[in-house]
Amino acid sequence: MRSFLFALTLLILTPGPGWGLSEVFSGKIYQPGHLKPIDSKSHLKVGQRAPNFSLPAIQGGVVSLRDFRGKKNVVLSFIPAAWTPVCSDQWPGYNIVKDIFDNHEAVLIGISVDNIPTLYAWTREMGHLWFPVLSDFYPHGAVAKRYGILRTDGMAERAIVIIDKRGKIRFFHVSDINVRPDLEMIVRELEKLKNP
Amino acid sequence: MAEKRWKDLLIGCLAAALLASSVWAGGPPAVGEKIPEFTLPAPKDSSERGYLGLTFLNRSFRIPELKTEVVILQVFSMYCPYCQADAPHVNALYQLIEKNEKFKGKIKILGLGAGNSDFEVATFKKRYEVPFPLFSDRDFRIHKLLGEVRTPYFIGIRKFPDGSHRVFLSRLGMINSAEAFLTEIIKLAELK
Repeated sequence: MRSFLFALTLLILTPGPGWGLSEVFSGKIYQPGHLKPIDSKSHLKVGQRAPNFSLPAIQGGVVSLRDFRGKKNVVLSFIPAAWTPVCSDQWPGYNIVKDIFDNHEAVLIGISVDNIPTLYAWTREMGHLWFPVLSDFYPHGAVAKRYGILRTDGMAERAIVIIDKRGKIRFFHVSDINVRPDLEMIVRELEKLKNP
Repeated sequence: MAEKRWKDLLIGCLAAALLASSVWAGGPPAVGEKIPEFTLPAPKDSSERGYLGLTFLNRSFRIPELKTEVVILQVFSMYCPYCQADAPHVNALYQLIEKNEKFKGKIKILGLGAGNSDFEVATFKKRYEVPFPLFSDRDFRIHKLLGEVRTPYFIGIRKFPDGSHRVFLSRLGMINSAEAFLTEIIKLAELK
């Protein structure tokens, strides 16, 4: 009976093929299977200064975290890999809530260890993204490593990092790589920035 | 001892897989068949309850219970680019039906947000000013019953005076033209 319940729990908890099912990605998504939920341990803590970085953007140019210091709150959305189910089911949603970020004086920055051409082709399927997408490809995953969220397989974790205008980390969340982080959680944390 | 534990686990997995396969449907609802058994909560918004003809608040309902002749169930996701692009067309379909004296009240539209939380469904509804009721299916439970269809997906359900029903339309992809889709619905459902 215990083994039955254990197996049933495993089956229920294992993500089904529900992610990345938008017809826009039909036939283009690689199925990595169930991955180790979290495969890193970050040394960074809430309240610390966020490490600066400068990375190339698919929209052209280089984006640095320090560009936003004193001007905007920053939400970093690290995703593990382009053309995979959950990642393909994340940024398209953020693309329709620019007003939420604007209302909280925040910018969203997407970061992946994929290279620019891959990210360019993948994000074009999502429509016109209003936020910069940065490539942490070379040196491979250097920013993810600096944030302590580079997995042993070379992908970044699925992580949300919220940094206030002073450059301090206000929220640091590493999700189970197999599921999408809750949008409501991000909005709730942005609300807290209004009451420091 | 270890061998027995593995044997138990294997038997457990097989039993769980059998149970799971009996709960989770294989493919999308087929034309001519019934829709799978599931319930949706009565909307909190009174105008949405009115649209669906529901007189209760704290109870769930089955789609075949609705007092209408045709139900169009749209499976969507806030995170689906095609669903976002198609939202104005589905809204236009709703408006076409509501302005049509002949078919108003006979065709109802519902949306199901596959893998979307209540918050995400509300966000989609607000962003696209969706006028018909949307329901969340955060854990993909209903989505699994519907054969894990890709999105957007439309399922048309025809109700009959004897209380029975059948699926008359099961289709993947954007509708693009509200007018053409309404014509297709009326024809396939044999609505008079």
